[in-house]
Amino acid sequence: MADIPGTGAKPLLSLHNINMTFGGIKALKNVSFEVLPGEVHCLAGENGSGKSTLIKIITGVYRPEDGAVIEYDGQTYSHMSPVTAQANGIQVIWQDLALFPEMTVAENIAFQTVIGRWPRFVNYRTMRDIAVKALQRLGVALDVDAPLKDYSIAQRQIVAIARALVGEAKLVFMDEPTASLTQSETDHLIEIVRSLSASGVAVVFVSHRLAEVLEISNRLTVLRDGALVGVYPVEGMTQSRVTELMTGKNFDQQVRAKSVRDNPVVLEVKRLSRPGQFHDISFNVRSGETLGITGLLGAGRTELALALFGMLKPRSGSVSLHGKPVRFSSNRDAIKAGIAYLSEDRLSLGLIQPQSIADNLVIASLDRIKSGGLLSDDRKRQLVARWIADLGVKIGRQSDAVSTLSGGNQQRIAIAKWLATDPKLLILDAPTVGVDVGARAGIFEIVAKLAESGLAIILISDEVPEVYFNADRVLHMAQGQIAGWFDPQSCSLQDIEAAVYA
Amino acid sequence: MNTAVTRIKEFLGPEIAGPGLAFVAVMLFFSLASPQFLSSATFGSVAFQLPELGLLTLAMLLPVLTGGLNLAITFTANLAGLTVAWVLQVNGGVDAGMASFVLGCILAIAVGAATGVVMGLVIAYTRAHPILVSLSMMIFVRGLGEFLTRGGDISGFPAFLQPIGHGSLAGIPIPLLIFIVCVLVWHVLLTRLKLGFNTYMIGSNIDAARYSGVNTRKVLVLVYTLSGAMSAVAGIIMLARFNSVRVGHGESYLLITVLACFLGGVNPFGGFGRVIPVFVALVVLQLLSSGLNLMGANQHLATAVWGILLIAVMILRWLAAQLMIFNRRKG
Repeated sequence: MADIPGTGAKPLLSLHNINMTFGGIKALKNVSFEVLPGEVHCLAGENGSGKSTLIKIITGVYRPEDGAVIEYDGQTYSHMSPVTAQANGIQVIWQDLALFPEMTVAENIAFQTVIGRWPRFVNYRTMRDIAVKALQRLGVALDVDAPLKDYSIAQRQIVAIARALVGEAKLVFMDEPTASLTQSETDHLIEIVRSLSASGVAVVFVSHRLAEVLEISNRLTVLRDGALVGVYPVEGMTQSRVTELMTGKNFDQQVRAKSVRDNPVVLEVKRLSRPGQFHDISFNVRSGETLGITGLLGAGRTELALALFGMLKPRSGSVSLHGKPVRFSSNRDAIKAGIAYLSEDRLSLGLIQPQSIADNLVIASLDRIKSGGLLSDDRKRQLVARWIADLGVKIGRQSDAVSTLSGGNQQRIAIAKWLATDPKLLILDAPTVGVDVGARAGIFEIVAKLAESGLAIILISDEVPEVYFNADRVLHMAQGQIAGWFDPQSCSLQDIEAAVYA
Repeated sequence: MNTAVTRIKEFLGPEIAGPGLAFVAVMLFFSLASPQFLSSATFGSVAFQLPELGLLTLAMLLPVLTGGLNLAITFTANLAGLTVAWVLQVNGGVDAGMASFVLGCILAIAVGAATGVVMGLVIAYTRAHPILVSLSMMIFVRGLGEFLTRGGDISGFPAFLQPIGHGSLAGIPIPLLIFIVCVLVWHVLLTRLKLGFNTYMIGSNIDAARYSGVNTRKVLVLVYTLSGAMSAVAGIIMLARFNSVRVGHGESYLLITVLACFLGGVNPFGGFGRVIPVFVALVVLQLLSSGLNLMGANQHLATAVWGILLIAVMILRWLAAQLMIFNRRKG
């Protein structure tokens, strides 16, 4: 690890007295921010804490209120413009990457260099050379003539980084860069970030995955509710301390695991296989039990869950509910039998974002709001009001689009949707993705209460601490198979992490 | 009192604002411009012309709500008309009885529904784009109809059909009565039945609906089936109105039905839209064309004005949205 650049070093970028107001709400309150040349800096904060607003001020998308001082590379500005920011080597890699999937890698990397030049012809050979050089600098071999859509998300990210380097970047912002990467891909990205930093490019990471942030950064700036909490050296920082700084609350977690050996078995899975996805999986879940399933992305966890939910057909093996063998031809059969599945992808599969909170909540249990064969608005309103009160969801009106809610409240609506079907087994697939650290505890509070009421729960997560602290037993899946079992009462978090990341 | 107001609001939906305003504007403009506008003659002509376009628009509405389209509606209507004509001719032509007409109607609706079943199955299982699927069906139905009629008119129907196209019941034209019944059926279907609920959900996000346990294939097949059946009802009314059937009758209505949906506040990408505002939008279009007619304008000019009106509505909607954002910023 490189030394933390001395406090004597002159900052590459420094901002002071930054204020920004949207619609009467102060998005940033007198914030200051500094980045040293060549350092890896982490910008942390919950959703809505002002991280993105700050980046947009630095890159010239927004103009801060009067009185702001922006010093960059020896120059002083009252505000940036996108053109000055780019011309001076400030680059952003947005979470959605903003690439062109149908175009080649070379075109994606080098297109900015040909825009607006005279004569207005595209020199493909130059573009190709630029792209090859940029990728070499990252130490990555990709076919620059292949269309981008042939590559994985991780490789596309590398293309986005290469594009940033073409613009002779001095300061690169990465917005949630690891959100959709597997562990080994993340490791590779971290290596690339280190080599960038070693070659003098400053990198600012915006991430909510605390583990990797702590691994890679030199310093940490924390924002909360639009105000600066502080700037800290990463050395000696722990995850729980960062969480505390981000939320202003203390989240000392305790292992919730309890013994449920005397409860009746709800779900029994025997030797379940589906070629290429999971193989020879056997386990059971008891009433009141929370079974944690963890493993890397691509370990077959979601596929297993979808097979239990009737959306994928297993090739061999058996599933029984309350001792009776079941075979589902669709997820409707599974729902009728009492299985509910909370999708890992809340934005495109879990909830119907543009539709109302009420409609999203009742969609799976329409038969319960019928009166005289017709859907009743009154019964719908009552049912929704009851679940919203039960799960402590904060909403405006029931008719508001579910997309207007925060991640945590959306997830509560998604959970309520399934609870309204009166399930016996609830499968939660990555229930805290896109949920603020502060709101996660609330979600697990609900999960614990549900288990107490006798529901059998399968909790799937690639964040090991989540299953360690919240499950009664932990199943580790790797490459579609059961790689091991852990009992949180008798093992440590590090034991499971060592096995998962081995 | 208060609940009554909320109930009426719910019945109309927030989409009523656009067509409601347009209605008021058209009424004001023509009452001032032409003294004869506010007369029973105008409303009589509107009442008789409204049902054809209106029934076809209802047929278009359901697929649009799922984010699709049914381009086969007009020719399906013609094919349904041909079915009725065929049953009547087989049973004596001008002398055919009421029973054979009823049988013809049932068969016609079955034919219309059948075109919908085929389209629905193809769209649901192959996930091919509804525009392509319904365009293929349109070409097939049109070709079939032209083959059967050799491109000519079929006429010579029993006299009792006359009142269905031109008669009135308690002062209300019978075609309008049939149309209003269909509007109410669609309203109940969309607001009170599982099928209607799921139609909206599929229109917004079909995958999320499937993950929530909605039988998306069944809903799509039913939606296109009902669309085909409603086209057939339109075809029967057209037969009674013109006292003849020709493949190509009402063809120019096809795209107007799409625009009537949008004028009625239906989201072009699916998921949102209500029947009542669409009904009001249809009345506005019909008033506009009758009013222009009254002022001596050419029939074709009326169609052109429809186009301008719709463009104006899009711009006004955009302005209204801008205004709302502006107000929110200020607030």
